[in-house]
Amino acid sequence: MAQTIPLSYYLAISAVLFAMGALGVLIRRNPLIIFMSVELMLNAANLAFVAFARSFGVLTGQIFVFFVMTVSAAEVAVGLALIIIIFRNKHSIDVDLMNSLKG
Amino acid sequence: MESSGLFSLVPLIVFLPVAGLLINIIFGGWMNEKAIGAVASAASGLAFVVAALLGVALWTGSGEAVVVPFADWIHIGDLNVAWNFRVDTLSVLMMLVVSGVGTLIHIYAIGYMHEDVRFKNDIGRYRRFFVFMNLFIAMMMILVSGDSYLMLFVGWEGVGLCSFLLIGFWYDMDTLGRPSFANSNAARKAFITNRIGDLGFLIAGITMFWWFKDLSFAGVFTQAEHIASIAPGVILFITLFLLVGVAGKSAQLPLYVWLPDAMAGPTPVSALIHAATMVTAGVYLVARSAPLYTLVPQAQTTVALVGGITALFAATIAVGQYDIKKVLAYSTISQLGFMVAAVGMGAFVAGMFHLVTHAFFKALLFLSAGSVILGLERGHHHLAHHDEHGSSSHEDVFDPSDMRNMGGLRKQMPVTFWVYLIGALALAGIFPLAGFWSKDEILADAFHKFPTVYWLLTVAAFLTAFYMGRQVWMVFFGKPRHAAAAHAEESPKVITIPLMILAALAVLGGSLNLPGVHSLTLWLEHTIAGVEAGEFNFLVAGLSTVLALTAIALSWVLYGRKPLAEGQKDPLKKLLGPIFTVFERKYWVDEAYWAVFVNRYVDIARFLADVIDGRFWHDFVHEKVIAGTYNWLSRTVLDLRVDQQFIDAIANGLGELTKRISSDLRRLQNGFVRSYALAVLAGVVVILGYLILK
Repeated sequence: MAQTIPLSYYLAISAVLFAMGALGVLIRRNPLIIFMSVELMLNAANLAFVAFARSFGVLTGQIFVFFVMTVSAAEVAVGLALIIIIFRNKHSIDVDLMNSLKG
Repeated sequence: MESSGLFSLVPLIVFLPVAGLLINIIFGGWMNEKAIGAVASAASGLAFVVAALLGVALWTGSGEAVVVPFADWIHIGDLNVAWNFRVDTLSVLMMLVVSGVGTLIHIYAIGYMHEDVRFKNDIGRYRRFFVFMNLFIAMMMILVSGDSYLMLFVGWEGVGLCSFLLIGFWYDMDTLGRPSFANSNAARKAFITNRIGDLGFLIAGITMFWWFKDLSFAGVFTQAEHIASIAPGVILFITLFLLVGVAGKSAQLPLYVWLPDAMAGPTPVSALIHAATMVTAGVYLVARSAPLYTLVPQAQTTVALVGGITALFAATIAVGQYDIKKVLAYSTISQLGFMVAAVGMGAFVAGMFHLVTHAFFKALLFLSAGSVILGLERGHHHLAHHDEHGSSSHEDVFDPSDMRNMGGLRKQMPVTFWVYLIGALALAGIFPLAGFWSKDEILADAFHKFPTVYWLLTVAAFLTAFYMGRQVWMVFFGKPRHAAAAHAEESPKVITIPLMILAALAVLGGSLNLPGVHSLTLWLEHTIAGVEAGEFNFLVAGLSTVLALTAIALSWVLYGRKPLAEGQKDPLKKLLGPIFTVFERKYWVDEAYWAVFVNRYVDIARFLADVIDGRFWHDFVHEKVIAGTYNWLSRTVLDLRVDQQFIDAIANGLGELTKRISSDLRRLQNGFVRSYALAVLAGVVVILGYLILK
């Protein structure tokens, strides 16, 4: 089964996912969507890790994925907290309104 | 041995007067008139004592020259100039005359300058006068006692300076006491004319050093014959340029013009400096340089002719003068001509003899003239006091030295009259007064050696007797031609006693070198080689005596028999007409010098100031070339091009560049998170792309 689906397919999907994530980060103004896109990019990376780990038969990639998921969960927690603070201040969560460093 | 101890005293003849002047400079402010005069006179008198002791030392010793080393002066390479004193018969003779006559004149000046203090009410002038007088004695002593031409020159310049200071003593007035630059101009004239002569001396001295490598008398004289044999022109050159110096200092043609103007100084100055001592320095110089002059007959001829012509020329001018001191001044020039002619002919003893006797009787005449002037001033003062109560129609300007204001003074001033008469007879060469012997010796020598000069001098001697006769008749005989003369008073004893002493010397001075005894000849032959005793020539002596008596008789016919009345023209003017005017106006020599030299000098100075200095140096070189170039460099090149257009451009350009870059970079930081994210993405893509594709 392993030989039936080549590595490049996974990598292609990973690349497409990453590109879609990056595009989402760049073009959307809603921070929730941006977070989702970031998750997409992280998971594209996770996919690439897992695919390589599987392909080369080493566990390093798999273990790294756990770290990535942990970090992304922490990131989302921090990010959501930030978004709430921003909303309290601006009564909006549009990222383009966040163009100045003070307040 | 004892005499060598005496010789070591010789520096004192310079330093005693110096001590006198220092005392008067430092302590004079606390001293009264009498003390100042006494210190100065004592300084001069002690110098005379020292000179007399030196004379005794020479008399009792061998009589040969003694050189007393005193101080090192200059050490440059091979050049060693020491300040050595030379004690020999010639220098001691001069010392005796300078300090002896000088002391008498100092004492006289105590009385004479007292009047100055009284009228001008300023004792500071009195002190200044005696400081200058002592300085003069010191300088004259350096001149006569120096053992080298350089030391002689030091004294020579020093006496010139004192002469300048004392001629201009009353620097803020003219001879009549009116505010003017006349006296200071006279001082300048003397100084500048002497500079011309001194330049000649200097050229001679430099040439001498160039050839002889030595300036001491002994060094020069021992080599003279050798140098004369290898380079005959050198000695002639040196002696002729020395003659220029002599003409300046001893007031010979053509540089005599300063001496009559020098009468602007106080009368004791005229007597001491401009009659008895300083002006005879030239005669001393020629006598001292006898070993050089005897080597070149052409130079001797020139010197003798200059002297002879000067003697006659000045005597003719003296005939036409009205100022009592001016007559004596021209007489001095004339008598100096006698001396110069004598030393020029090689009759050194006769010249020195006449120098000594002339110092006696001319100092006597000047001092007596001063006494006459003082007497007239007193008379005038007396009148002015009377006038205060009566009418004030007295004329403002009164010339107390104009002989036309005098007359009949023998009654008012008997002592002055008698001493003046003695001086005049001595000067006229009447037997047996001093002038007879010395002048006769010159004439006798000239008769043998140089007939042309003999005739010049004989005519001059005739005129001498005539103008002295004229002066005596005009001043002392007849009736007073001015109220001041009628009220003239005799001078005090401090003035008349030095006059009596000088009168005695003028009577007895001839005994220095009586024919057959020749004491002065014997004295000087230790110093001047090859002097021979002149023999008494009855023909010459008889002729000159007859001429002198004739001249006096002639002057009596013109001025004595019918005395000059007030406002009357000089009777000689009727007789001689325009020739007298020529004498009276002094041949217009001053005017000619003014036209030929002074105005040309002023023209040259103007040209230099206007064209060379003003237009060329200032306007062109400084303004245009230097300042213009500098301004062009600083304004156009450095300021505009370098600073504004280059350095400023760099600084401004850097600023502009930074501004532009920063304004461009500013756009990147727009605050939009997404554009930062895009930049991060682009960066990652570029880096990864680079890593992959490299």
